[in-house]
Amino acid sequence: MRSPHRRYTAPIALFAVAGLTLAGCTGDIAAEEAADADCSEYEDYGTFEGEEVTIQGTIVDVEADRLIASWTDFATCTGIEIDYQGSRDFEGNIAQLAEGGNAPDIGIVPQPGLVQLLAENGYLMPAPAEVEANVDEFWSEDWKAYSVFDGTFYGAPMLASVKGYIWYSPAEFEEKGYAIPTSIPELMELSQTIADEGDHLPWCAGMESGEATGWPGTDWIEDFVLRQAGPEVYDQWVTHEIPFNDPQIVEAFDAAGEILKNPEFIDTESLISTPFQDGGLPILDGECSMHHQASFYEVNWGEGVEVGPDGDVFAFLMPPMSADDPIAVTGGGETVVSFAEGDAITAVMAHMSTDTFANLRVSEGGSVSANNGVDSANASSPLLEQTIEILQDPEATFRYDGSDLMPGAVGANSFWKGIVSWLSGDSARQTVDTIESSWPS
Amino acid sequence: MTTADLIGKLIQVIGGLAIFAAVVGLILFLVDRAPKRGRDYWQLAAFVAPALLLLVSGLIYPAIRTTYLAFLNRDGDFTGFDNFVWAFTQPDAVRTLINTVVWVVFVPLLSTSIGLAYAIFIDKSRGEKFFKALVFMPMAISMVGAGIIWKFVYDFKSQGREQIGLLNAIVVAFGGEPVQWLQTSPLNTLLLIAVMIWIQTGFAMVVLSASIKGIPLEQIEAAELDGASAWQRFTNVTLPGIRTALVVVVTTISIATLKVFDIVRTMTAGNFDTSVVANEMYTQAFRANEVGRGAALAVLLFLLVLPIVIYNVRVLAKQREIR
Repeated sequence: MRSPHRRYTAPIALFAVAGLTLAGCTGDIAAEEAADADCSEYEDYGTFEGEEVTIQGTIVDVEADRLIASWTDFATCTGIEIDYQGSRDFEGNIAQLAEGGNAPDIGIVPQPGLVQLLAENGYLMPAPAEVEANVDEFWSEDWKAYSVFDGTFYGAPMLASVKGYIWYSPAEFEEKGYAIPTSIPELMELSQTIADEGDHLPWCAGMESGEATGWPGTDWIEDFVLRQAGPEVYDQWVTHEIPFNDPQIVEAFDAAGEILKNPEFIDTESLISTPFQDGGLPILDGECSMHHQASFYEVNWGEGVEVGPDGDVFAFLMPPMSADDPIAVTGGGETVVSFAEGDAITAVMAHMSTDTFANLRVSEGGSVSANNGVDSANASSPLLEQTIEILQDPEATFRYDGSDLMPGAVGANSFWKGIVSWLSGDSARQTVDTIESSWPS
Repeated sequence: MTTADLIGKLIQVIGGLAIFAAVVGLILFLVDRAPKRGRDYWQLAAFVAPALLLLVSGLIYPAIRTTYLAFLNRDGDFTGFDNFVWAFTQPDAVRTLINTVVWVVFVPLLSTSIGLAYAIFIDKSRGEKFFKALVFMPMAISMVGAGIIWKFVYDFKSQGREQIGLLNAIVVAFGGEPVQWLQTSPLNTLLLIAVMIWIQTGFAMVVLSASIKGIPLEQIEAAELDGASAWQRFTNVTLPGIRTALVVVVTTISIATLKVFDIVRTMTAGNFDTSVVANEMYTQAFRANEVGRGAALAVLLFLLVLPIVIYNVRVLAKQREIR
């Protein structure tokens, strides 16, 4: 007869194996020792032995490790235990969490629209005076303005990214004697020169991105609105003070169309069916010369491609209308806001708004901050170094990516779709009219 | 995550399961000890209650709330039938309704006919199992998987570049110009429908084949002796014999088609005039933040599915009466 215990053996064994395997996934973190941290920087914050501050945000994986590494010394020296939880769903969940009273102490919110929503619903605490003082010292007014709603300032910016880069091959430019254009007319002239020389197209792009197909085109439009019509009109456009079908927006579509809808300049046929990740790769094969995409495109070039002023590819910022105009940048970033009050929370927020923290974070690599106390030499790549210099230019105008600021029905739906139909043949007029009609009342 | 965390989580899982088992055990114990009078009712209640509770919280309540939301705008103000008016007037929304109708006409019709024809042709042939498996296999692929596979088949690269899409590679090999299959309306909707047919034909074929085998041999032989041609045997003996199975197949595929989402979302994401109700519902509710519009589309979808379900239930009930 079979032993009755027999049938338990297999499940138990399986369970044990599963347990051991899962245990293999965990990295047992050795307790961080205070011994090697230099605490002199952090003495002013005081000590909060045993107090815990919870932080949540959309930052995950490597980026989260880098973030945590940047505040480790601060945490050890002040005794504050910082518990960070990153989740890609943070943006979708945070409002519900806050409503249920389960919000973290501090949230790292990836877009100003969400900060505004949280502030309007009364979930956010006004930023502590220390934070505001730091932001006044280290950030431009453009940046601060994105955390002020109804006259109350809610939190400091953290990291930043810059859109509106134009990628090119430095070797090709040098060989053919092309200069980096300093104005839009020069850029168009250069495009014409490359097209006339005949062996390849001046531009390449990819607009396909699953359900977000068309979004790379919104960056083009935003860049032209900001440069042609100026930051004031840009703000009015984004907040719907002027309608989406304002003539100045049509002009921006037409200007972008001179490149995007011109078969001499770009492969208009495959534009909307090429994945945006592959959009710029033909530069490497010498099949096109320029590709308009944000700084984060750096990771798409692939293994062994050197990104730098003397490397295989590099990027210049899309120039202003005329060479004398100050530069204008679109981009994005996170805001550090608090859902609760407390001395430890204030200390953490104050620290995260300092140049010390920004430098630590930038040194960890992969990202930049618009904090003007950041030493660009700390950046992990030539492109990021250049990005910091652009962000720190006191003359530069900075504006958040417009489609992120618009209501979801437009910024994450009809604007994308509009780009698709515009590139498929609709006129600029038709396109902006359709988008305007979708703007929620 | 450290090992300690992991052990903690495992303990939580085991603890949760133990509590569940204990609650179930307790209920069973109490029901067993229920007073003799009306014990049947007590037992009935104890066994039905959990299912009812889950139905109410997981189906009925959401259905009511969705219907309620369909009458609100994005700020939560009551706007009457505005969302429905939008669904029937805004060109984009009307397009999705038309597309859904096209889907529901083509997919059940074609996949059932093709499945039926195939089932009859391979019936009792050599290697029947193998041929069945061939057509049934797509059924085993998830809709997202099928969408990705076919997206590659329809891939487009501009002329002169290497075509990685099968269809365009063939076109180019015969000297044609590559076609933007998925970007050209209304061709693209038909090409997406082809994917759904590719998946559903296997289902129709298997069910109908089993049903054909259930027709008594005597009837077919009798028809043959009476001098009926193959076509007459098919229309007068086989078709009436598999009527129930046909209804089940057509209605099941119709419902699946009405709800189609994955294929459209993976292949075109509803761009280029290919959106259908389920896809637009998701887009409006979760991407555009227009929950009311999404809910209105969900209600429409529900109303569209309802008659099919009712018809299906009635046919099955009638069949039972005959037996």
